[in-house]
Amino acid sequence: MSLAQSNSTVAPTKRHWLVTARQYRFPLTLAFLIVFPWLMPYEALAVNILILGLYALGFNLVFGYTGLLSFGHAAFLGTGAYACGIAVASYGIGWFGAILIGTSVATFTAAIMGVLAIRTRGIYFAMVTLALSMCVYYALYQMQWLTGGENGLRGVNIKTISVLGVELPFINPTVKYYVILAFVATAIWLFSRLLASPFGAVLEAIRENEERAKACGYDVAHTKLLVFIISGAICGLAGALNALHLSIVPIETLHYITSGQAVMMALLGGMGTFFGPFIGAATFLLIQDVASTITSHWQLFVGIIFIGFVLFFPKGIWGSILHWLEGR
Amino acid sequence: MIGGFSYDLILLQLVTGVALGAIYVLLAIGLSLIFGLLNVVNFAHGAFFMVGAYVGVFLFGLTGNFWISLVITPLLVGGLGLLVERFLVRPLYGRGIDYPLLLTFGLSYVMIEAIRITFGLTGLRLPTPPELRGAVNIGVGFFPLYRLFLIGITAVIIAALWYFIERTRYGLIIRAGARDPEIVQVLGIDIAKVWLMVFAIGTGVAGLSGILAAPLQGVTPEMGVPVLAEAFVVTVVGGMGSLGGAVIAGLLVGIVVAMTSLVAPDMAKVAIFTLMAVVLLVRPRGIMGRAGGLG
Repeated sequence: MSLAQSNSTVAPTKRHWLVTARQYRFPLTLAFLIVFPWLMPYEALAVNILILGLYALGFNLVFGYTGLLSFGHAAFLGTGAYACGIAVASYGIGWFGAILIGTSVATFTAAIMGVLAIRTRGIYFAMVTLALSMCVYYALYQMQWLTGGENGLRGVNIKTISVLGVELPFINPTVKYYVILAFVATAIWLFSRLLASPFGAVLEAIRENEERAKACGYDVAHTKLLVFIISGAICGLAGALNALHLSIVPIETLHYITSGQAVMMALLGGMGTFFGPFIGAATFLLIQDVASTITSHWQLFVGIIFIGFVLFFPKGIWGSILHWLEGR
Repeated sequence: MIGGFSYDLILLQLVTGVALGAIYVLLAIGLSLIFGLLNVVNFAHGAFFMVGAYVGVFLFGLTGNFWISLVITPLLVGGLGLLVERFLVRPLYGRGIDYPLLLTFGLSYVMIEAIRITFGLTGLRLPTPPELRGAVNIGVGFFPLYRLFLIGITAVIIAALWYFIERTRYGLIIRAGARDPEIVQVLGIDIAKVWLMVFAIGTGVAGLSGILAAPLQGVTPEMGVPVLAEAFVVTVVGGMGSLGGAVIAGLLVGIVVAMTSLVAPDMAKVAIFTLMAVVLLVRPRGIMGRAGGLG
């Protein structure tokens, strides 16, 4: 049985306005993200939500759209962040090159992990991806000379960036937000194209019934591997952007707790929905932001709210809203 | 001599590996039992392990007796498992295999935070009981008595569980329930009660491994977090839902850790996961595969 419910069950007789909205999901999402910093109490939070939203979006490709529950996506966020950070801090490579390096290394990591994990099915997949990502965690933990080990990687300092000859102050939060948004927008545009393609349809076919997809002649194993790698690339990009944003890479980025955050954000927002991951990331970080001002035990709130969603609102916030709108 | 190490040292390290593996075996058995019957991957298993250690420290502070704590801890942690199955996991049966997994993941957050609120952020200690302090000569060298005790008690628990599952009426129901829950229900047995009991046994054994591991390491709210990943490796290597596989793989992982520690202590953790990667490449189902649930 598939975890995510299809959200494209609009009555075919009359053309629902949601169908139109779905066709323009990329410009609508982009428009929202452009005005988003003004809705937030401070801009650093908007940057965090943007980056973690991209992370949850990449994860959602595997979880929500293909029905594979991975608990190893921290490995892609983490290797993306470390590779980008090391390129800047140790080798003095420019910001753009560093982002490309980060994304490539994460893609490569996803390919290796994918080859190993795709062989397993169902519930095994979550356990195996978790264990493989912990292997990456311990390996980088030990490589102190390269990664800083327990203390994390420091000194990923980008003060200004030059775009087409124009020098922009990257330490200015507004500039930082829109520079990062340029990358996020490119990623979600490609993501939207991917979902609209026949490849996207195959993913949903696998989620709904893997055996039937196989019987229809689709190469399920290769499709899964490919989607895992694409997902890893998106999360790697998020990691690289996060390294530049935070100027450090904490070792916890690679821990499976971070993978669990992607799961939580995707589920809170609405798995298998285009905009859900951003709602999920915003919810997660706002709970953290508000609760941590009241108590240091904010994880208690996050845990209870997450359990509540699993039990009572498995469609998530955005998924439930879409479901309600479709029913009208 | 092998690679500069004497045979005695290697043998001693082998026994150390078996003692280390004993904890892994107990953890994996609980995980495997719950998965084999309920089809639930308990992501809070590490948290139950941690709660077991804390309950053990608390009871030891109350009674001053390690042995009383050792008996009561699994009962209390199993009781907690009972409540979790009844009120949180049960509503999710029939809604897809991923939901209980997600729920128990959220639950582990809550359990860790609840322990932090109750016992504080700093670690606690559970002293080794006086009867089990010191070391004994096992022929190849002196070996800590407490670790020998770990090997012994694990063997006793495995034997008891094997007897319970393979030789008793209740065990028969459990095995039948693992194979075909619907038929068992048709025969007039309340399968929900069986699931409840198995979840309690699984979490109780996790609690027991928590108190057993406590004297070897510090007791902290986060102690169950890495343990969960390692318990997963053991279940994946052994084969999900197979008790025999859990025993073999647990010992194997313990020995791999001990042997790697001899050569390159830093790589011990990496070695565990490399072992899993190799098993996945050669035999994706794990050593014992999945032979009809339990067995």
